[in-house]
Amino acid sequence: MSVETLRLASEFAARRRAGVMVALISLVVLLALISLGIGPVRLSPVAVVDALFGGGTDVQQIIVREIRLPRTILGLAIGAILGLSGAALQGLLRNPLASPSLFGAPQSAAFGAVLVISLGLADVRSYALPVAAIAMAFASVFVLLTIAGRNAGLLILILAGLAISSLAGAMTALVMNLSSNPFVVLEIAFWLLGSLEDRSFRHVMLALPFIVAGAIILMSQRNAFRALTLGEETAQSLGVDVGRLRLLVIVGVALGVGGAVAVTGTIGFIGLVAPHLMRPLIGHDPARLMVPSALTGAALLLAADIAVRIIPSTSDIKVGVLTSIIGVPFFLYLIMRERRSLGGGMA
Amino acid sequence: MSGLLTAQNLGVTFSGRAVLRDISLSLSSGHLVALVGPNGAGKTTLLRALAGLLPSQGEIYVGGDALSLLSLRERAKRFAYLPQGHVVHWPLPALDIVALGRYPHGATDPARLTPKDAEAVKRAMQATDVVEFSKRRVTELSGGECSRVALARVLAVEAPVILADEPTASLDPRYQIDVMQNLRKAADAGTLVIVVTHDLGLAARFADTVLVLSEGRLAAQGAPAEALSEKIMANVFRISAYRAEHQREAVIVPWAGI
Repeated sequence: MSVETLRLASEFAARRRAGVMVALISLVVLLALISLGIGPVRLSPVAVVDALFGGGTDVQQIIVREIRLPRTILGLAIGAILGLSGAALQGLLRNPLASPSLFGAPQSAAFGAVLVISLGLADVRSYALPVAAIAMAFASVFVLLTIAGRNAGLLILILAGLAISSLAGAMTALVMNLSSNPFVVLEIAFWLLGSLEDRSFRHVMLALPFIVAGAIILMSQRNAFRALTLGEETAQSLGVDVGRLRLLVIVGVALGVGGAVAVTGTIGFIGLVAPHLMRPLIGHDPARLMVPSALTGAALLLAADIAVRIIPSTSDIKVGVLTSIIGVPFFLYLIMRERRSLGGGMA
Repeated sequence: MSGLLTAQNLGVTFSGRAVLRDISLSLSSGHLVALVGPNGAGKTTLLRALAGLLPSQGEIYVGGDALSLLSLRERAKRFAYLPQGHVVHWPLPALDIVALGRYPHGATDPARLTPKDAEAVKRAMQATDVVEFSKRRVTELSGGECSRVALARVLAVEAPVILADEPTASLDPRYQIDVMQNLRKAADAGTLVIVVTHDLGLAARFADTVLVLSEGRLAAQGAPAEALSEKIMANVFRISAYRAEHQREAVIVPWAGI
C-alpha cells in the first residue's frame, strides 16, 4: 500500500466523521424544535420557529420563548456537558466504563445542594446552590481518582464509585431525615429525581456559566487523551503533564456536573451511554469522541425530556428516572461485555 | 564529562529505599548502549530517571542542558521513550499511533499533520516496514507487528536520544533481530540509543557500549567484551557463558549457573 492511498484512507475516515457530525447536529436541532413544540399546547416546528423569531400570536410567543425555551436550552446544555464529561473521564482513565454517575459525582453534587437548601443557606435560585454542588462534585471525583491511583483497574474504579455514590446517597438521606419541615423533604425528594420541568431563564443563568466553563476546560485537554492511549508514562514522555491533566479534568467535570445538578437534580447515565453510541461511528480515538459525545448527550436528554411529556401517566414522570431506567440496563450490558477484564481484576 | 547524555551521581529513592546509587555515565550520540543486569537491578528505573519521568537526585545533562531546567515539552523532543509491553488502551489505527510520535512537535492531531510531520511519520513507518498496517487497528496486529508499530512511533519523534525498555521481550528470534537492527540503524544515523535487555547475546552483538547494573549501582561499563567479562558474568549474573566470535562479531551465550 502506498503512502498516497493511506492519505486517501484517512481522508475517507475524516469525511465519514464529518457526515456523522452533520447528522448529529440535524438531530439535535430537530429534537430542540420538537421539545419547543410539545406540551399542553402542541405547536408545529414551523409555528415554533415563527414564534421564536417574533411571529405567531402573543400566546404562542410566550409559550415558546418563556416557558419552553429555558427547558430546551437546559436539556441541550446539560445533556451535552454530561456526554462530554463521560467522554473526558473515559479518555482520562482509558476505560469505557468511566462516567460521572458511576463515580458518584451527580449524587455528591446533589448532596451539596440539598445540604445548602435544608440549612436554609440559599433558596433554589441563588448561586450558593451551584457552588455547593460543584464543590461536592469536585470532592467526589478527586477522592475517586486519588483512591484509583495512576493505573487503576476497572474493578477499583467501580467499587470506589459505588462507595462514593452510596455515601453521598446516605448523607442526602440523613439531611432529609433530620429535616423538620415535611414540605422541604418532599420538595428535595422530587428535585433529586431530576427534572427539566418549569425551569426559567434564571435557572439557565445559574447553570450555564459553569457548564460552559467546564466544557471549555474539558475540550482544551482533548488531544492529551489521545496521547494517554499509550499509558500515563508514555504520555508524559510525549510532553503531557499528567498530574495537571487529571486536575483539569476533575475541575471540568465538577463544574459541568455540579452546575447541571444544581438546577435539575440528578440525571444519570447519559455520560456513560453517549460515548458508547459514538464509538462504532467515529472510532475509538478519545479526542475525536468528545464533540460527538456532547451532541449525543444533548440529543439523548432532549429525547428523554420529550418522552416524559408524551408518555401518558397519572403524574409527571421525571426525566432523571427515565434516563436511569434506560441507562442501568445498558450499564449491565457493558459489564457483561467487559466481564473478562472485570473477572481478572485488571483492566 | 562530555557527551550527549551525562549523569553525575544519579540516585533514585523509592519510599526510603535507594533503588539507584552513584550512577555516573557519559554517552555519546551515534552509539547503541545496552543496559543489562539481573531482575530488580534498577534498569527500568535508570531509563525512566534519564528521561526525567521520575524524580532523582544528582545531575543529568542532555545536549549540554540540565534536564531539570527543561520543560516537559522540551524533554519530550529530546527523549523518545519506548516502554515495556507496548500498551495501547484504545484500538486506534497503526497510523494514528505512529503519528503520536509527533506530539512533542505540536502535531497533536494525526488528521492534521504538517508536511514535515507527515514526512517523519512516513520515514518511521518505512523504516520498520509497517506502512501496510497503517489502517489496521493495533489491537488486531500480532505481537511482532505491534512491536514494530511501537518502534515506528518512537522513531517518528526523531529525538536525539531513544530509550527502549526491553523492546525484544516476547518476540520471536526473527523479530528480535529486526528490532535490534532498526535500533542499530538509528544509532548509525547519529541517535544515542539506550536499550534495556536481558538478552546478553543481542547486547554483545549489537551494542557499542554495555552498562551492567547490579543492585542499583553500575558494576561495569565499556565495550561488550570488557563489560561482559567472565568476572562480571560470575559476580553479577552468577552464570558462566560460552564465548566465541562469528563473522567477526562477539557471541556470548549464557551457559550455566554458578
